[in-house]
Amino acid sequence: MKQEWPLYEVFIRTKSGLSHRHAGSVHAADDEMALTNARDTYTRRSEGVSIWVVRSDRIVASDPAETAAFFGPAEDKIYRHPTFYDIPDEVENL
Amino acid sequence: MTVETDVAAYATRLGDNALVLGQRMIEQVAAYPELEEELANANFALDHIGQARLFYTLAGDLEGAGRDEDDFAFRRPECEYRNLLIVEQPNGHFGDSIVRRVLFDSWYLLLLDALTRCSHEGLSTIAARAIKEVNYHLRHSSRWLVRLGDGTDESHDRVQRSLDDLWRFTGEMFVPDVLDDEIRITFKGPDLGSIEATWRERVAKIVAEATLEMPADQWMASGGKQGRHTEHFGYLLSEMQYLQRTYPGASW
Repeated sequence: MKQEWPLYEVFIRTKSGLSHRHAGSVHAADDEMALTNARDTYTRRSEGVSIWVVRSDRIVASDPAETAAFFGPAEDKIYRHPTFYDIPDEVENL
Repeated sequence: MTVETDVAAYATRLGDNALVLGQRMIEQVAAYPELEEELANANFALDHIGQARLFYTLAGDLEGAGRDEDDFAFRRPECEYRNLLIVEQPNGHFGDSIVRRVLFDSWYLLLLDALTRCSHEGLSTIAARAIKEVNYHLRHSSRWLVRLGDGTDESHDRVQRSLDDLWRFTGEMFVPDVLDDEIRITFKGPDLGSIEATWRERVAKIVAEATLEMPADQWMASGGKQGRHTEHFGYLLSEMQYLQRTYPGASW
């Protein structure tokens, strides 16, 4: 009889100043184990300086079936994009 | 014996501990029940092998007889290995492996910590690198011990038995021989007596958190540092050294 450990989503910040990005998922029996498993699975080649883990079933996600209602109305509103500004070369990571 | 050959012998001993424990952990590669723990185990095993390589290379350089890391690992007989008996014990079940790592790594971490402050640069440099790895290994294994000890009745009982079974191999960690004294006096190296007190305190804390009992004082096995091994060691070596013994000098 095998009972699967709960699934956790893993977010890793690669460098100070950047935001955490979804890296993948791990199975773990508890929060502490999820953190160490994430470290052992996703940061073996020095990929990160910070890790967040969260149980996958705690994530509230938008419904793919409602994509049109959720995201459609933003599509034709170009005035919401700051495309009329010149970004100086010195600004990184924008 | 010169000071160089003494440090070489001492580094060889540290390399032997790391290599033999690493080899035991490698035996479990591809046998773990969970992918994430599988990766962790293989990572840790390779950390130990990496430490062994550094210690053997240092030993070879100091010795000046032209031996390289492979000569130390694959071309020495059983009685020339000076690892502690605890690292050569069979893996047993998962709880046994975890208890072994908690007991050994708690000691190893304190030893490495003392070595980072010793006055021999070769030893302190390797120790400074290894201590980061072992620090994390111990965090991993001690969390597991708490999880098993404070888990179900069965996991609690089994891991208590692992602790009782392996306890007799902890005594020799703290008994200094001539070489330990030499390193302590000449290079301000580790003082095994003071390490024992801290080790006991830290292990007792993890054991208490795991709702387990510290084993009673008892007869302690020894001999690893003198090259007198338990019967399990020959089997480990014959598997590990098989390729170099069968095809001497074989390389990738």
